[in-house]
Amino acid sequence: MAGKIVINEGLCKGCILCVEFCPRGLIKPTKELNAKGYYVVVFESDDGECTACTLCAVICPEVAIEVYRE
Amino acid sequence: MKKVFSRTKALKPVPFHYCPGCGHSILHRLVAEVIEEMDLIDRAIGVPPAGCAVLAYNYFDVDMGEAPHGRGAAVATGIKRVLPDRLVFTYQGDGDIAAIGTAETIHAANRGEKITAIFVNNAVYGMTGGQMAPTSILGQVTTTTPRGRDSSREGFPINFTEVLARIKGTAYAARTSLHDPAHVLKTKRILRKAFEAQMGGLGFSVVEVLSPCPTNWKMSPPRAFEWVKEEMVKHYPLGVFKEIEGGSLAD
Repeated sequence: MAGKIVINEGLCKGCILCVEFCPRGLIKPTKELNAKGYYVVVFESDDGECTACTLCAVICPEVAIEVYRE
Repeated sequence: MKKVFSRTKALKPVPFHYCPGCGHSILHRLVAEVIEEMDLIDRAIGVPPAGCAVLAYNYFDVDMGEAPHGRGAAVATGIKRVLPDRLVFTYQGDGDIAAIGTAETIHAANRGEKITAIFVNNAVYGMTGGQMAPTSILGQVTTTTPRGRDSSREGFPINFTEVLARIKGTAYAARTSLHDPAHVLKTKRILRKAFEAQMGGLGFSVVEVLSPCPTNWKMSPPRAFEWVKEEMVKHYPLGVFKEIEGGSLAD
């Protein structure tokens, strides 16, 4: 079951909880700043790696993550 | 592709003012999701506290009525008695509910008011800069306990939800935590139980939520989540302390 997530960079505060809790390690911290001055995270996945388990979205305090599934 | 997770309609599309990694933001979302799932967006009334969550009315897309510090249960009592078919909940921090609001909360519970208190315990006074709260754990360093909380000087952390569970008017009392996704999901189920107890007319319900405060604990967000799991849960055991099924409290 393939999935993907979309991160709203404008809402991200760089707390990296999604990075901590993604069971497959598909979310990574970056040194890119958003408009508020927070380091945003980036989703990097080859096809099928993300299972759309939604754990990143469940822990994201900013409701900055949307999850999609095939 | 099918969307399987997105922002609930019960939250306004605005960014939270909370610090990175704050538990308030997660809990706001959970409360809003439960309200939407119970189809109560038009019938929910929230009562925000004084504290970091004082601006909660900016985020919930339901009616809100601000209470003076600690007086959430008193304000919610008035709202619920005038509008008994509404879902009325207070949203209070540990300083709000377990220090200045102790009297209002205990007596609202004792009267069996059909309201729900959502009690966010982050073991510190957040908005004012990290002073010791009644719920700060022993040994915890805060700005007013620089050498750690000592029971001989500052007393013991108060297990307020257990106190409320002993009161006859309380229909549902539980403590939960936000320290990982599994517990976040569990918190949502417990919030729903509390709201159902209220809408079933069973009595007072309270849900205490252990919540990280990375800024005032001076930790990174992931470390703060670990600290909840390793330290707070030791002092504040998780579980359902009281649950009345059906009937009324007089039975």
